[in-house]
Amino acid sequence: MSTLAMHASDTLVLARRNLLRIPRQPDLLIAYTIQPVMFVLLFVYVFGGAIQTPGFDYVDFLMPGIIVQSIAFGGFVTALGLAEDVKKGLIDRFRSLPMSRAAVLTGRTFSDILLNCLSLVVLFAVGFAAGFNFIDATAGDIVLGIILVLFLGYAFSWIFALVGLFSSSPETANAIGFTLIFPLTFASSVFVPASSMPDGLRQFAEANPFTTWSDAVRSLWLGTPPHTDVWMAFVWCFALTAVFAPLAVARYRKVASH
Amino acid sequence: MNDDAIVVEGLEKSYGSVHALCGVDFAARSGSVLGLLGPNGAGKTTAVRILATLLQPDGGSARIAGLDVVRDAAALRAKIGLAGQYAAVDENLTGFENLEMVGQLYHLSRHDAKKRAQKLLERFDLTDAAKRPAKTYSGGMRRRLDLAAALVFSPPVLFLDEPTTGLDPRSRLAMWETIEDQTEAGTTVLLTTQYLDEADRLADHIVVIDHGSVIAEGTSDELKDEIGGERVEVQLSQPSDGERAVAALAEMCQADERPTLHDHTVSVPVHRRSGVIADAVRRLDAVDVYVEDISLRRPTLDDVFMALTGHAAEEEEAEEPRREEVAA
Repeated sequence: MSTLAMHASDTLVLARRNLLRIPRQPDLLIAYTIQPVMFVLLFVYVFGGAIQTPGFDYVDFLMPGIIVQSIAFGGFVTALGLAEDVKKGLIDRFRSLPMSRAAVLTGRTFSDILLNCLSLVVLFAVGFAAGFNFIDATAGDIVLGIILVLFLGYAFSWIFALVGLFSSSPETANAIGFTLIFPLTFASSVFVPASSMPDGLRQFAEANPFTTWSDAVRSLWLGTPPHTDVWMAFVWCFALTAVFAPLAVARYRKVASH
Repeated sequence: MNDDAIVVEGLEKSYGSVHALCGVDFAARSGSVLGLLGPNGAGKTTAVRILATLLQPDGGSARIAGLDVVRDAAALRAKIGLAGQYAAVDENLTGFENLEMVGQLYHLSRHDAKKRAQKLLERFDLTDAAKRPAKTYSGGMRRRLDLAAALVFSPPVLFLDEPTTGLDPRSRLAMWETIEDQTEAGTTVLLTTQYLDEADRLADHIVVIDHGSVIAEGTSDELKDEIGGERVEVQLSQPSDGERAVAALAEMCQADERPTLHDHTVSVPVHRRSGVIADAVRRLDAVDVYVEDISLRRPTLDDVFMALTGHAAEEEEAEEPRREEVAA
């Protein structure tokens, strides 16, 4: 078997393993389905009435942002899973097998894409039920937005892979994810327009890639703001993947072979 | 070269200032069972991790089935199986799915991987539990599944790292029988254990390591002979009789030996079997020392360990550094 064919085969075997696990871990299933639903309902009905989004219904403004946030966090299961594999010694099993070294990580990130698709379906369903509508969006725009969001999720899977490999336990991975990365999504235009924020925070939010992503998806699905955000959003995804994938692979080699 | 399946020469590994292995040598003939015996933290797991290509040694060399563990690591992985306390199974997959996955990662076809999984589940008495997630398994079942996973590709060399640590006595016995079946089929096994009865029962050749160095090796019998032959052990009714008992029994020993007294028990090294118990009883009776119990026994590996290291095999609890890098 050629190296590439072996890598592809091992990736698929491990992706299947990750997917088989999901229905047997109800807490993870909740992370993929109920949690995004709770966020949508919370923001639309609890905070929505108090948030001004000139020119939009809040639900229209919110959905692109909340989809960006939820999908970015979809990769979190990779951090938990890898930290658990390291802790329980499964990584040792994999490393003692004549298989592709990187497949443990590519299998993870690949299965994350499929799980993010599941999240996306749930998010769209609850979004439409809450009154979300695409505005002036062609089928091409909608699809491009979905591709952007999935690419974003893929980039974050690599970030979370690195988090998972640096964590001594799933609990640590959890703490890192929620204290370092989660607040970033709030200091952006994910939930409210950056223009409503005080000086200092506003500049930070405008430079925050979560703003770039949310605004890019909004410009694709709502027709506004019509900036150059879309290609910048793809550049961010590409850059994060290009930085974090090699870091995660290097860390994986080290974690197990110090 | 020769038909040694495992050859280890001068193996060294340090974690920062901690020397886990300081130049360890040992070898195992093809088809034999080598027992690596030592307390926690002695360096057993480090040695196994190096031999299983999980860890790079700092110095020395090791060849398994003729392949170098560093240079030929990729090829070697197709010839080894790893099971024990750290190699694990996926708790959220069923027994069948676990074995199927491992088979596919050995690049068996899906069909062959399924067939092999079925066969191993039957052999390890897990067919009834095949469709249940492994997290519902008992400790013994999990270890059996773990061992089955190591045998998916029928490797010629098998590493078992403390395969029965934490098991209840019945599961332990079952595990021993399973390992014996495997060695009868010709597999070379490297077994690490801190249980002396386990090494005594399973291993053809025993290497005792402590603090990263080999401190003794040989067959179980050779190790026992090394610290002396048989002993008569006398348990006294009255602890205060100790000194008189030692004096009365001293003549039974050879010139350079003396009975030892520990709590209520006098232990007398002897070099023949017949008549020694009657002899001891007569001598004690003559000085009016009452005997609670008397027996003739061979030294156990526990005695060997005590004699070699000055401490019992299971008393040390220090964990050896594992995945955490200690100041790399």
